[in-house]
Amino acid sequence: MVGGRRLSLDWIGAVPFLGYVALFLFLPTVIIIAGAFASEGGLTLSNFANLSRPYIISAIISSVILSAVTAAGGAVLGALLTYAIATGNPRGIFRRVLTSACGVLAQFGGVTLAFAFIAAIGPASALYVYLSQHHLDYYGSGVWLYDLRGLELVYLYFQIPLMVLIFLPAVDGIKPQWREATESLGGGTWTYWRHVAGPLLAPAFLGSTLLLFANSLSAYATAAALINQGGPILPLQISNAITSEVGLHEPGFAKAQAVVLIVIVAIVSGLYAVLQRRTARWLQ
Amino acid sequence: MSRSRRAKLQVFRVVTFVLLGAFFLGPIWFMFEFSTRGIGENSPRTLDAWKAIGTYPDLVAGIVASLELAVITSIGVLVVLVPTMVWVRLRLPRLRRVIESISLLPLTIPAIVLVVGFSPMYQWMGTNFSDSILTLSLAYAILVLPYAYRALDAGLAAIDVKTLSEAARSLGADWFTVMLRVIVPNISSALLNAGLLSVALVLGEYTIANNLLYPNLQVEIVSLARTNAGVSIAVAVASLLFAFVLLVALSFVGGQRGVRRRNRERLVQTFARDFSGGTR
Repeated sequence: MVGGRRLSLDWIGAVPFLGYVALFLFLPTVIIIAGAFASEGGLTLSNFANLSRPYIISAIISSVILSAVTAAGGAVLGALLTYAIATGNPRGIFRRVLTSACGVLAQFGGVTLAFAFIAAIGPASALYVYLSQHHLDYYGSGVWLYDLRGLELVYLYFQIPLMVLIFLPAVDGIKPQWREATESLGGGTWTYWRHVAGPLLAPAFLGSTLLLFANSLSAYATAAALINQGGPILPLQISNAITSEVGLHEPGFAKAQAVVLIVIVAIVSGLYAVLQRRTARWLQ
Repeated sequence: MSRSRRAKLQVFRVVTFVLLGAFFLGPIWFMFEFSTRGIGENSPRTLDAWKAIGTYPDLVAGIVASLELAVITSIGVLVVLVPTMVWVRLRLPRLRRVIESISLLPLTIPAIVLVVGFSPMYQWMGTNFSDSILTLSLAYAILVLPYAYRALDAGLAAIDVKTLSEAARSLGADWFTVMLRVIVPNISSALLNAGLLSVALVLGEYTIANNLLYPNLQVEIVSLARTNAGVSIAVAVASLLFAFVLLVALSFVGGQRGVRRRNRERLVQTFARDFSGGTR
């Protein structure tokens, strides 16, 4: 009896935390999922039927393309930077500074990042003013910075450091002995990358790319600060649906879009988990 | 390693660092440049935009609100999380995995999705309870939860919570004393870590505030940009510098080397699970 009573008292200690997450993590999730399938009468799929509107379809496609492009670009450039860092002195101050910088820059996004690019290469920037006076008008066919192409460039700013952070442990796991072994068996640089390091790093590389993909798919603040008009990508459409007058008449619409976004992220993170297990098996 | 390969590697490293260094430092430098421009073509550098920050009442209100939110959120998340994590380690070990997965869950839910669920909740709270901007800290605590959890978990893993608290209890301390005078001083660097991360995240937050129509610092920066780009970029630079200082401080707090390294590893692991887009 005493044991039973103590057990029930022990549970009380977790109540404030569980109560808080029930209200501010689980309740919003329930509101979204229930709202996406609910109508005045009961269950419905009409909210999802609304997703077939052309501007939503095109926003979803643009989001996926934007994420794929920036994930691939960020992964390749990030991997090069990772290799450049990993081949330096492992205990050097240079490496410590670079990895801390990547930690900071991977968080650096949103409004400030958008403004940094507007100040650096926007139509009022010193760089553009100078170059356009010297017949190098890179906005000759329109100011692409405020468009999807601009986002592709700006997103790389956080994708590359993020790649370095998550890919560096895998690259560090590569042992110099493996290269020596390849060389003693007569293999050159190409053989080493093609048959030894490449296959070992591939799961980690693909996994990191998936993470970058999901991150860029979910990013909202940078795009909102950079793009003033319309909603070329899904997160901006979700925002429009919450805040606009039209959206208030269709509360289920934003929720259905949110469900789509979360389903894509869930698929990507599931694939990522599989690749992570493979990485963990080879690189300890 | 052969000499020619070493030389090629050095060239590759220098080229990579220089090109990517320019890509990363360029935009930050140009923000400074933009915020110190004078009016007109060839006017000298001026700090007018920086001096004008205080003359925009909405902007000042946004700055104050964001600072208040940062303080409330980081203290709030620590007050809820620390006792729970200690209690779970002592008495409810079976719940530890559950608490961990709940705390890391926000890493897989994009902020723009969460805000769809928050929207009707905040409408209800606004009419029935309070429409103060400070209520945002309730939502922000969810955003910082994974990072705070990882930082605290690293701190608690470094000490023997069970022995420490049993020793204190056997000397007659109550639970409150155990928490405040035994556990907290022993994990002070982890608390600082969690706090700094929370502050940095809250100060940069735009998604939730903008969609719930609360004017925090970032929302005000964007709305000011329409009328005075120079001032809004000056504020953006200032907030960026502040966040940089906080996050760089992170890599130096934590006393011993081992603790610092563990903290860094935890942070990287947290990044490596972040599918949510964060404040990006």
